[in-house]
Amino acid sequence: MSDIPIRAPRPTLLEPGPGERRRNLRSWMWTGFCLFSAIVVLVPLLSILVYVTRRGVAGLSPAFFTHLPAPVGELGGGMGHAITGTLTLIALACLIGLPVGIMAGIYLSEIGRGRVAATVRFVADVLGGVPSITIGVFVYALVVVPMRRFSALAGGIALAIIMIPTVTRTTEELLRLVPNHLREASLALGVPRWRTSIKVVLRTSAPGIATGVMLAIARISGETAPLLFTALGNQHWPDRLDGPIASLPVQIFTYASSPYEDWQQQAWTGAFVLVVIILILNLTARFAASRGLGAK
Amino acid sequence: MKPTEKPSPPEAPGPATTRVTGRKNLGDRVFSGLATLFGFLVLLLPAVMLVELASSSKLSFNAFGVGFLSGTTWDPVREQFGAWPFIYGTVVSSLIALVIAVPISLGVAIFLSELAPHRIRRPLGFLVELLAAIPSVVYGFWGMFVLVPLLRETVEPWLIERFGFIPLFRGEPLGFGMLAAGLILAIMIVPTIASISREVLRAVPDTQREAAVGLGATPWDTIRFAVLPSARSGIVGAIILGLNRALGETMAVTMVIGNRPKVSASILDPGYTMASVIANEFAEADSDIYLSSLAEIGLLLFGVAVVLNLIARWLVGSVKKQGRGRPAAAPKIPASAAPPASRARPSGQEAA
Repeated sequence: MSDIPIRAPRPTLLEPGPGERRRNLRSWMWTGFCLFSAIVVLVPLLSILVYVTRRGVAGLSPAFFTHLPAPVGELGGGMGHAITGTLTLIALACLIGLPVGIMAGIYLSEIGRGRVAATVRFVADVLGGVPSITIGVFVYALVVVPMRRFSALAGGIALAIIMIPTVTRTTEELLRLVPNHLREASLALGVPRWRTSIKVVLRTSAPGIATGVMLAIARISGETAPLLFTALGNQHWPDRLDGPIASLPVQIFTYASSPYEDWQQQAWTGAFVLVVIILILNLTARFAASRGLGAK
Repeated sequence: MKPTEKPSPPEAPGPATTRVTGRKNLGDRVFSGLATLFGFLVLLLPAVMLVELASSSKLSFNAFGVGFLSGTTWDPVREQFGAWPFIYGTVVSSLIALVIAVPISLGVAIFLSELAPHRIRRPLGFLVELLAAIPSVVYGFWGMFVLVPLLRETVEPWLIERFGFIPLFRGEPLGFGMLAAGLILAIMIVPTIASISREVLRAVPDTQREAAVGLGATPWDTIRFAVLPSARSGIVGAIILGLNRALGETMAVTMVIGNRPKVSASILDPGYTMASVIANEFAEADSDIYLSSLAEIGLLLFGVAVVLNLIARWLVGSVKKQGRGRPAAAPKIPASAAPPASRARPSGQEAA
């Protein structure tokens, strides 16, 4: 942040007066509190990571990824359907949410002007603050009721709506970072505006946008609430987009709230897998951001 | 053509790029039309949400009117619905979360922004953001198996023993309850408040800090008198965004709050929040009025979230504008804070 010395060197001939001693003491107290807060914050983080790993690794096995749940009491079984379900839902969400988000980002950065664009930007931010369960209620009314069934499609739409504000803002900010002389050079060569936007501007910021998309995927892969009554849940392999589908977070929730110990063990392993996936996505995104974009 | 080298800051209105005036060809028109369409889609989305939620709640609103907000009965069998226990639960659990999270988040933000050695700032910042990346359901699961037993066996018996005379801490040490929910929410909103506060603190220009140090301020003096006053409204905005997150948090709360729709003065008792009741009961609601009541609660959540967001973003935005262009008001350092050496006369005639 600042390289200025935060303590000015004190002239050696002057002794600290009583007021200064008191201020120094207060300063140490408050900065000590800040250090203490930083440490306190790490305690639950470590506790969660360690505990989830400890309990989750116990149930790890290839069967976990490839089998369907076994009936209560029977050993074995897995959450293969939930993992596949989550992947399906993420794919659907990206299919719907990415075009909308990226195009909206292009609009805000390349095309939009003045008050209208400012309003769109503002509204996108506000949409990002709406609780995900409310989005679930909305998608229920919009999709589940007319279709008369819970469906993977509804779940995908809900996750897409959650994704859109993040993707829009990330795209817009990254597109703005592309230096203007690239656009000007392209236009000077006779490339039409629309091609410039896609082939020059978008392509330049593609790594950054990919990073943003990774973070958005990390976020929606952990979402449970909106899926509870849109995609619902299932104990079978996903086979159709217009029927209920299992997902990892919902499956974890169902098993965790159950009174059966073997189901709870499955839930811990599921939680461990989910956290690992999200961690990998986050770490990859951060490394890509710090290395790839720096070159631009 | 404007030959600009520096890209405009993201917050600034207006285009970041050169405008092509004159006749647009077909490709340009189609493309900008398409992009504009999607931009407007994003604009319309919350509006459509509002309309859809309102129409779903109409049945319940017609049946119970404004009394829905104060009604305390939640009886699906007799089809009597009142949302007060959930509003109460949401507000109380969020308040507990704020009381715990705000000092800690600010401490972390100040530490990361002003005090920490440069080399640990990025890793530490990353760790704090990692807290935000952990899914809600994993928080709840951990809460059930680590936090709740801790509360049940250690913290709550101690609270009851020492402070049981206050109605706030009366009751049985169940572990599950409002306190557990408040604690988990606190952990979850710390990254939100801390990261926005950090941005806000960064927006305060270094000249303020340098001026304070030049006057002999201790590190804390600098923070308190030169940095925080300018950042105050932005920090309030950060807190409001944290509150917004706490109000809408569903899964972690559902798993530790006990899910009992009764208002109780004690924070050791189980409770129920607006988001939890929707999560638990929506999929199994069998009557239209049941669904409509739940949708009305969803509408309430939506309205509150939008209002809080508007206020918070306006507050945070105003600090960022301050830091960039207009000089903030001169920091007020009380006379007692200045050491004798700084009160040297300008003429230099008299010894300090």
